[in-house]
Amino acid sequence: MTAPALELRQITKRFDAQTVVDRVDLIVPRNEVVALVGESGSGKTTTGLMALRLVEPTAGRILLGGQDITDLSQKAMKPFRRQTQVVFQDSYSSLDPMMTLGEIIAEPLAIHAIGTPSERRDQARHWLERVGLDGSYATRYPHELSGGQRQRISVARALILGASVLVADEPTSALDVSVKAQIVNLLQDLQGEMGLSMLFISHDLSVVRSLADQVVVMLRGRVVERGPTDRIFAAAHHPYTRALLDAVPVIDPKTRRRRTFLSAEELAAGTPRFRPHEIEPQPLVDTADPQLVALVGSHFVEAIVTEGR
Amino acid sequence: MTDLSAAGPALPRPGSAKRRSPLYLAWRRFAANKAALGAGIILLVIILMAIFAPLVSKTGPNEQAFLTKALAFPSSEHWFGIDDLGRDFFTRIVYGARVSLGIGLSAAVFSLLLGLPLGALAGYLGGRFDWVIMRIIELFSVVPPLLAALLLATLTRGGVWAIVLIAGLFGWVNVCLLVRAQVKSFREKEFIMAAQALGASPWHIVWRHLIPNSVSPVIVGFVLAIPLAMMLEASLSFLGIGVQPPTPSWGQMINVGMNFMYFYWHMAVFPVLALAVTILAASLLGDGLRDALDPTLKGR
Repeated sequence: MTAPALELRQITKRFDAQTVVDRVDLIVPRNEVVALVGESGSGKTTTGLMALRLVEPTAGRILLGGQDITDLSQKAMKPFRRQTQVVFQDSYSSLDPMMTLGEIIAEPLAIHAIGTPSERRDQARHWLERVGLDGSYATRYPHELSGGQRQRISVARALILGASVLVADEPTSALDVSVKAQIVNLLQDLQGEMGLSMLFISHDLSVVRSLADQVVVMLRGRVVERGPTDRIFAAAHHPYTRALLDAVPVIDPKTRRRRTFLSAEELAAGTPRFRPHEIEPQPLVDTADPQLVALVGSHFVEAIVTEGR
Repeated sequence: MTDLSAAGPALPRPGSAKRRSPLYLAWRRFAANKAALGAGIILLVIILMAIFAPLVSKTGPNEQAFLTKALAFPSSEHWFGIDDLGRDFFTRIVYGARVSLGIGLSAAVFSLLLGLPLGALAGYLGGRFDWVIMRIIELFSVVPPLLAALLLATLTRGGVWAIVLIAGLFGWVNVCLLVRAQVKSFREKEFIMAAQALGASPWHIVWRHLIPNSVSPVIVGFVLAIPLAMMLEASLSFLGIGVQPPTPSWGQMINVGMNFMYFYWHMAVFPVLALAVTILAASLLGDGLRDALDPTLKGR
């Protein structure tokens, strides 16, 4: 088996006394889309930024295609920068307002000194068309575009170097529904064409369901559940995951509020409990605290294992 | 690709006619502001007159060509009259513009040279460097500029370059703060992070992203530093420790004119008017530029 495109091992980030990301394990297999879901402040964005080494982890390892890049200097990182790319949520602030779209898309080529200026321009035009915009947009500026068009530019910039791993940090959450679908389709098409591995950070489970192969649910910096998308949507065990799922189709704001803001007590009370024979055979930590346990079908959930440990 | 570029000249593409760069939009907003536009034109005329002073007036600024008509009131021949030493007053005002504007511009350049790199570094690096710069700026803002300038001017015995130095020393603070604030806010933007994710060096980020995006505060800081320096020069010259006679300077002319004010009004009125109009124009221009270049206003 080849090494996964991206692997985070026990990655941790503390800001002062606060632990934002707590010993998270995350694997993005090649050609797969892994969705990282959770509410704002659950540490999912920080996890994504650490995967890109835009935020330095406090502890843990980052592996890219099996190679440990945790301790590389920014200079030594540069070749790896061609493999990993990012699309941010805010399409407006992710594009330099003083640059034309052509310059923005060609910037990665310039940074890595690829091609002559005219070749870069051609490449930029090619990518403009590839993300569904007219080549004449090359001389325009970001403020002339709509949010969805700007997000297309971000995607083009991220992929022009032929990245193999894309971290998409809530790329659709600032867009309205119809545009959102277009961007999701674009990402899906490009993922298929280029064989991208994607870490798709989102709190929008309807998008996740159509895009992701696996879902990882984060709560307060911890992974509370992860598994194949269909298993998560069909048989979520953790109360928080269920709350997230319940929030999707419900339109009535009252119901939604009650569902998503589970108190700490409710969560603690709802933490799944298993007896050892109910779960897959596995080494377990001897503790009364919740731990990540494996269920059938590579489905993991944070649960308390009772009796006969 | 190829057929597209071939079709290009024949078939005008929808967007090609109106390339609206952010600076073009800023210019449009500026042109809509009549006060600022008028101020800019007035300032331009004054600058042109200062540059082409020898063409504008017949005599030199220090020639006592009209001694017999000393202190004459304005006439069609001598627009601003003649001063106590028989010099054409209009000529002195025009040449005074050279000194005032020259000092204003050089002090603004000096402020920029000091304020831009320090502000950019303080904003980009943050931390201890930023702390030190901010404390220095606070130090400058608690000292009354005129008192400090008086002291410095006395120590250096005045002169044009001493005044430029002093004005720049107090002018850089504003430029520095403007640039620092801009860089600080842009440093957090996602396109900077995107550039980092692409493997861009800090140098690339500062050069390609942070400095181009600081154009507006730099222009505003520069233009607003000009009237400040001119005021300082005028104050110091008025107090007699600025530009030394016979070099004409508006502040110094006001000082002399004051003595004649009750009998020969033109000696005081014209230099005051010249100073007031120029400073007002420069300030209005600066304010207009600030409004026009405000990045939060993206409309047409």
